[in-house]
Amino acid sequence: MNNIVELEKIKKTYLQGKVDIPAINNVSLSIKKGGFVAIAGPSGSGKTTLLNIIGGLDQPDSGTVRVDGEKFETLTPSRLAELRLFKIGFVFQAYNLIPVLSAAENVEFVMLLQGIPKKERLRKAHAILDDVGLSGKYNRRPAELSGGQQQRVAVARAIVSNPSIVLADEPTANLDSKTGQGLLELMKTMNKEKKVTFVFSTHDKMVMDYAGRLVRLRDGSIFDDQSK
Amino acid sequence: MYSQLAWRNIWRNPRRTIVIMTAVIIGVFSMIFLCGLMRGMEVEMIRNNLATLTGNIQIHQKGYRADPVVENSMTDPVLLENAIKTNLPEGAAWAMRVRVNAIVSNARHSTGVTFVGIDPAKEARVSFIGKAVTDGRYLNSDDTNKILIGRALLDKFKTKIGHKLIVMSQDADDEIASTAFRIVGTFRAEMESTEKAYVFVTLSDAQKMLKLKNGISEAAIAFKGQSIDGQKEKALAQKLKSRLPDSIYKVETWPELLPMMREYLSLFDNFIYIWYFVVFIAMGFGIVNTTLMAIFERMREFGLLKALGMKPVSIIRGVITESFFLLVSGIIIGNIAGIITVFLINRTGIDLSALAAGVEMWGMPRVIHPELWIIDVITANLVVLVLGLVVSIYPAAKAARFTPIEALEKT
Ligand SMILES: Nc1ncnc2c1ncn2[C@@H]1O[C@H](COP(=O)(O)OP(=O)(O)O)[C@@H](O)[C@H]1O
Ligand SMILES: [Mg+2]
Repeated sequence: MNNIVELEKIKKTYLQGKVDIPAINNVSLSIKKGGFVAIAGPSGSGKTTLLNIIGGLDQPDSGTVRVDGEKFETLTPSRLAELRLFKIGFVFQAYNLIPVLSAAENVEFVMLLQGIPKKERLRKAHAILDDVGLSGKYNRRPAELSGGQQQRVAVARAIVSNPSIVLADEPTANLDSKTGQGLLELMKTMNKEKKVTFVFSTHDKMVMDYAGRLVRLRDGSIFDDQSK
Repeated sequence: MYSQLAWRNIWRNPRRTIVIMTAVIIGVFSMIFLCGLMRGMEVEMIRNNLATLTGNIQIHQKGYRADPVVENSMTDPVLLENAIKTNLPEGAAWAMRVRVNAIVSNARHSTGVTFVGIDPAKEARVSFIGKAVTDGRYLNSDDTNKILIGRALLDKFKTKIGHKLIVMSQDADDEIASTAFRIVGTFRAEMESTEKAYVFVTLSDAQKMLKLKNGISEAAIAFKGQSIDGQKEKALAQKLKSRLPDSIYKVETWPELLPMMREYLSLFDNFIYIWYFVVFIAMGFGIVNTTLMAIFERMREFGLLKALGMKPVSIIRGVITESFFLLVSGIIIGNIAGIITVFLINRTGIDLSALAAGVEMWGMPRVIHPELWIIDVITANLVVLVLGLVVSIYPAAKAARFTPIEALEKT
């Protein structure tokens, strides 16, 4: 089994008032271990919905989701939470961090939930912050970091426990293009060095260029899928 | 780290935290202070009432309490004395009395009083009278036809120490006995009514006048230390009852002797419970409201935590930990404030003399010295803490129910 993610005939429709809004329409998609995959598409094309379904935050109306061999529909909510905790890293567009915790503590927090002892937590948190270029900023609170630095902390938190996959929903949307590029360089490096699978969404042409594989969405369907 | 997180979270909105903490502080403080006041009043009331001839336990001839006349006297003081002496607890004292209704008069006035014959030395250890004499002197056991009266009675009769009073009462032969007694001293009491109600002569004078031989009306036992609930009294009463035939003797503890006061004391307890309830309602609503507010402000964050894999129970635990810190901080400050206040006021007392006329009939003291009881402090703290935590469950459960998507959409 080389595929980390396997989606089969996923459908998801939102009901807004009395109108059905199809968000994902019959999407099947496999993502290989070690991939660096971009989900691209204009706003409203279903990128967030798709990532949420892969991350187990949202359930499709039909179709099956497998992450690391686990079939979601058979999991209890608590098992699903555990799966997210141990196998999936998340980076959101913004507000990724807990404001009252320092950079290092934010990274530590997931490890705390995972039950990793204090000493190891601290060592790993510092090491990964060094890796993402934030050495010396361990004790800064999110409010004392720039937007790009905050996203770096989020990436550090997402990869610190070697998850099977990191899902990043428009991680650069709130950054200027130079900072966004820097973040993508970082993600790419982590992808290569630590063999972490990344799936990220974007509507930015420049960001798409970094992808090893580009999956294009339009109105909830894949209309183009190319590997470079 | 969970506790660090909780502690920092409460200080995210210091103003809100201070408001809710102030509510907790006032709640705990008022509970402790009110309890202190009530206890001070209770203790003083019991002490006053017990010292005013009640004692902790009394023994009478059956029927005496319903009809306190000479016929209902006890004729075998030796049996009584033996029963008491063999069971008397450490530090307790006892005394026997003749106690009947009588009329005292002088040339100008006459009034009904309780005429009490006492053994001066023994009585001094049992009731207030030994320490209450302010003018003249206390009785001696070899006094004959000497009388001790209250200051208020002396004033009312416009008489003086050294002058005589006539005491009239029905004797054992059903005749009216009357004897002249010379005033040797006056006593003062917490309440003016006490000063007017009792006159004291020696036991032998009273027995002689009433033709009682060695008969007595009552025996009173006074314990060392403060009595609150009458439990120790019950135990001793049980022992005495086994020694004294209950066809003749009636042994009663002070809660039985003073049913009105017992009711009054339970009224105090009810005041305290009502106050607990008021505090709890006010504080409970405050906590629920502010916590809910805080939860909704942080909705996105709870969604994030859930997305990261935090389980709902952990989120509930987190929110409740925050409440716990808030409550404990408030409780600590409230305790310090309450304890210091009670301690300081205990030394000076709160003067109620302005109200004393109104409350006198209950035997309430003119000056209240609030008292701190560990059990009250513990109860106040537990009430606030436990109920505070319980009401936090609701907002906590709310926080745990936010789904990540809902929450993240709020960006
Ligand atoms: N909670 C929701 N309720 C109703 N419609 C929704 C909801 N979330 C998303 N949608 C709709 O689903 C479609 C896909 O949305 P989304 O996945 O957020 O797209 P993208 O992330 O590419 O902008 C859009 O038409 C959007 O309006
Ligand atoms: Mg989106």
